[in-house]
Amino acid sequence: MGLMLSFALGPFVWELITALKPEGQLAQLPPLFPARPTAEHFIAVLGAPGFLRVALNSLVVASFTVLLAFVLGVPAAYALAKLNLRGRQVILGTLLCLSMFPAIANVAPLYLLFIRLGVRDSVLAVIVAHSVFALPFALWTLTNFFQEIPDDLYRAGRIDGCSHLGILRHVVLPLAAPGLVSVGLLVFIFSWNEFLYAFTLTATERSRTLPAAIALFAGLHEIPWGEIAAASVLATLPSVLLMLLFQRRIISGLTAGAVKG
Amino acid sequence: MDLRLENLSKRFGEQSAVEIPSLLIPHGEFFTFVGPSGSGKSTVLNLIAGLEEPTTGTLRLGDRLLNDRPPHRRDVAFVFQSYALYPHRTVFGNLAFPLELARLSRETIRQRVHEVASLLGLTPLLARRPRQLSGGERQRVALGRAIVRQPKLFLFDEPLSNLDAPLRAQMRKELKRLHQQLGTTFIYVTHDQEEALSLSDRIAVIQAGRIQQCGSPREIYDQPTNRFVASFFGSPPMNFLRAQLSRREDGAWVGFARRRLRIEGPQASPRAAEEVTLGIRPEHVHLSREPLAEAWEAQVSLVEPHGGQSYLELELDGSPFTAVERAEAGYQPGEKVWASLAADRLYIFNLQTGERLAL
Repeated sequence: MGLMLSFALGPFVWELITALKPEGQLAQLPPLFPARPTAEHFIAVLGAPGFLRVALNSLVVASFTVLLAFVLGVPAAYALAKLNLRGRQVILGTLLCLSMFPAIANVAPLYLLFIRLGVRDSVLAVIVAHSVFALPFALWTLTNFFQEIPDDLYRAGRIDGCSHLGILRHVVLPLAAPGLVSVGLLVFIFSWNEFLYAFTLTATERSRTLPAAIALFAGLHEIPWGEIAAASVLATLPSVLLMLLFQRRIISGLTAGAVKG
Repeated sequence: MDLRLENLSKRFGEQSAVEIPSLLIPHGEFFTFVGPSGSGKSTVLNLIAGLEEPTTGTLRLGDRLLNDRPPHRRDVAFVFQSYALYPHRTVFGNLAFPLELARLSRETIRQRVHEVASLLGLTPLLARRPRQLSGGERQRVALGRAIVRQPKLFLFDEPLSNLDAPLRAQMRKELKRLHQQLGTTFIYVTHDQEEALSLSDRIAVIQAGRIQQCGSPREIYDQPTNRFVASFFGSPPMNFLRAQLSRREDGAWVGFARRRLRIEGPQASPRAAEEVTLGIRPEHVHLSREPLAEAWEAQVSLVEPHGGQSYLELELDGSPFTAVERAEAGYQPGEKVWASLAADRLYIFNLQTGERLAL
């Protein structure tokens, strides 16, 4: 347990230490812990031109990716789960394959496509690119959640007077809420952390997201380790906060598929 | 408000699930579809409810055609085997749901829910959620959700099969009392012959999607039209033996295991003997320790006490044979007995088709 924990947390702790060390001690070891922790790197990062803009981009991209995954994913998942669609298995199988596709395979075609469409270096491009992965994942997971809801509840809903949309609203969504929350969070965190597309499809601070921006911190003559570390810590915070906030819901959501309620 | 099914059929792909040429269920009747699992009885219920669409045929309630109406506009309520309560709603919320969807006023909803709750003894539970209720309480909430809509038809899909035995017996009585109180048509589906016999005004025995026989519980039990119906009802089930039927001038005789029994008076038109299946219910077999003239010698192989009665498994000419006797008779395994059959309680079936033969 301790080994696993230190393995998982080690890099993050190291980063935190680096971020807090004054400039002069950065390359010194010992001391492991800075004698006088300093906030100078954080202040530098937050004050840097464009950092807040980039953070805002990240927020917009991640939020809209989640929104898109829900708006398109929920009705589609409902149809896949409960309307006896022809070719259901094929569709589900394809979705699973899609969500396992390596990202690198799509980068070049998407890059060319977005240039053609003239949307490269826009937030929209990043959102669409993230949705290419988020949507199949969301659809597949949501379909599984919806299938867990007993058929009789759908039938009861219809007898009681619900349309399909009504069943979705009054029966399915309240019951699948833990599942929805965990899918939303996972998509948000995926999009927030995603580097490859964000890096490839953006050119300026107009659309750049945090992971891409951090990678581009490196200056011409020196690498500002302190600032990079501080920015990374800042970029990690929202994910960690969200996780802590919804921890119980995520866990119940992830196990809801395994154990019959 | 009679329910009328005409030429109703449902196919799943090539397979015919249900075929009902014609069936009338009069207003206020407690009507039961009974059959083994996979016989298509639940499909009939789904067709009436509108949860599935018929391949051919019409459904009418009174003079209204139901076919084109969605489930909630058919004036039917459905009680599911799994209860299908909404887990995220309280008991009140579950009862109120169909009324909310029908856009009734808040006051009307409150009043009707409370009426139904007091009818079913749910008033103290209104604020609970389904997971905090026992099986019997859930069952009552499911009933309440059906009653609160004041439907013209109640549809029940094996509503008691998830309950344990004592509770099932109690709910069975409550259902019957409820039917008497409401006076509405109840259409009930079950695989339990005892439930069907004890609850129903009329029973349709269904097998492989077709109604084998339709009639009152007495008719079904005493006058089964074929071997399937005869074997489905009764506990312990009817005995079946291969026998010879001969119609002679002095009467109709059945014979098996080297003995014969006259079952009918003189015959107008004697015919050659034919092979038949002979059926007799265990309660119409009488045992004796003394040798009797028109009786079959048998050996007791198993005694199964059921309180006041005992089910006795006999070996009769190498075949198993069941009889029911009062427990005081005290038969023991291994004992030799003579079994006589009540001649007026014998059923004769065609060996191949299983149809019952009129004598």
